[in-house]
Amino acid sequence: MSEWQPKIIIFLCQWSLKSDTEWTQRFDLPDGVRMIEVSCSGRINPLLLVSTLQHGADGILVVGCEPGHCHYKEGNYLGRRKFATLTSFLEYAGLEEKRVQFAWMGETDRGKLQTMVESLLSDVRRLGPIQELATRQVVMSTAQP
Amino acid sequence: MQELTKAIRKEARRLLESGEVDVVIGFTEGTLPLRAAPVFIRKAIDVDRLIWGPFCENNLARYLRGVRDEKVAIVAKGCDTRSVIALIIEHQVEREKVYIIGVPCQGMIDRRIVARRVPGEVLVAHQDGDEIVVEGNGFAMRLPRSEVLYRSCAACAHPNPVLYDVLLAEPVAVWAEDPYAHVREIEQKSAEERAAYFASEAERCIRCYACRQACPMCYCDECFVDHTTPRWIESGVTPAGQQAWQIGRAYHLTGRCVNCGACERACPTEIDLVYLNGKSSKDVWELYGFEAGIDVDKPPPLAVFLPDEEPNMA
Repeated sequence: MSEWQPKIIIFLCQWSLKSDTEWTQRFDLPDGVRMIEVSCSGRINPLLLVSTLQHGADGILVVGCEPGHCHYKEGNYLGRRKFATLTSFLEYAGLEEKRVQFAWMGETDRGKLQTMVESLLSDVRRLGPIQELATRQVVMSTAQP
Repeated sequence: MQELTKAIRKEARRLLESGEVDVVIGFTEGTLPLRAAPVFIRKAIDVDRLIWGPFCENNLARYLRGVRDEKVAIVAKGCDTRSVIALIIEHQVEREKVYIIGVPCQGMIDRRIVARRVPGEVLVAHQDGDEIVVEGNGFAMRLPRSEVLYRSCAACAHPNPVLYDVLLAEPVAVWAEDPYAHVREIEQKSAEERAAYFASEAERCIRCYACRQACPMCYCDECFVDHTTPRWIESGVTPAGQQAWQIGRAYHLTGRCVNCGACERACPTEIDLVYLNGKSSKDVWELYGFEAGIDVDKPPPLAVFLPDEEPNMA
């Protein structure tokens, strides 16, 4: 068996890096990291995060706009409450909450995404492959499209 | 207890005869000792079927959505009234159509604890003061109420009806010191111990969804666990599926659960569900100062926010 490669899913608010669209496209994601753009971080159902872990992701990063800078005025504030209660709950159940991380990102936070991804990757490498919740073997190509 | 039964019957008769309500939801004698069964009374002639006692454990708010088009009276303990409020907040029930017959509650008796304490099958059971008298073939025992209460009842913070149209007895004194004592106990364990405890509880789940069916707040027309296109979570009886179901169910009740314990009572494998729901309730209380089912005018905690609140998450 080949060496284990962590699978990371990034849920990225489509507005959080708006002014840097080109930069996002050029952004060279590490192997095994996939980015999914969503309309707003506040619209992410916490169950989707549990579902993502079930479907084979080893780590999740949710990126939303900084408080006060939501395109829809209040989506990220609502998201903040959902994520706070979800991570607290996962920790309570003994599931490593570090697998699910959050970041608020402003238009000027150039480079923050890479730092967050690296930090999540190192956390997930330390924790190892997810075992509790994963139900499916997902084969994810490590090659970038 | 006898006085309360009489008072409930009298009130139900008045409501049905005057046409003030179409149906009264209450409790009747169960078919087994230590059990009471929910009952729908539609005619004044039937009100003598209603009873009140230490085994009226179901959360009757569960049935309100089923009779939404009628004027309904509900016999409600503290937790039932809290569920009614939570349903009103979520626009599932109209306050004007519900007549709440409030009954202060002294806590309900856990029939499973009783069964474990006695040497044989219980054939007769009733309450005598602060004791439960149980009799069977060749034995008769008196058990102190405080020792055979449901765990959720022993930790109950609101035994008295919170919202009511009529209150049939004097409010009782609250006996629980810390409703979240059990949660705090688990929180202090290490991550490995918490994971082991969660796994050992979840692995008994047979995915019967009795917890969901008993819960007054689990009213989604299609539960996330029944979605198949796309499938939200694993529906099989595998460790991953069992754990995901317990997380999804308990987390979905964040800020909505009133800790009535109906889920745990319905569970055939006696999974510690109160410990999971208690955590989300404790979190919204400590983080956002919200207690479900107390104030009809307070919006749910996950539907509102303050701009500068903690935790900021990043």
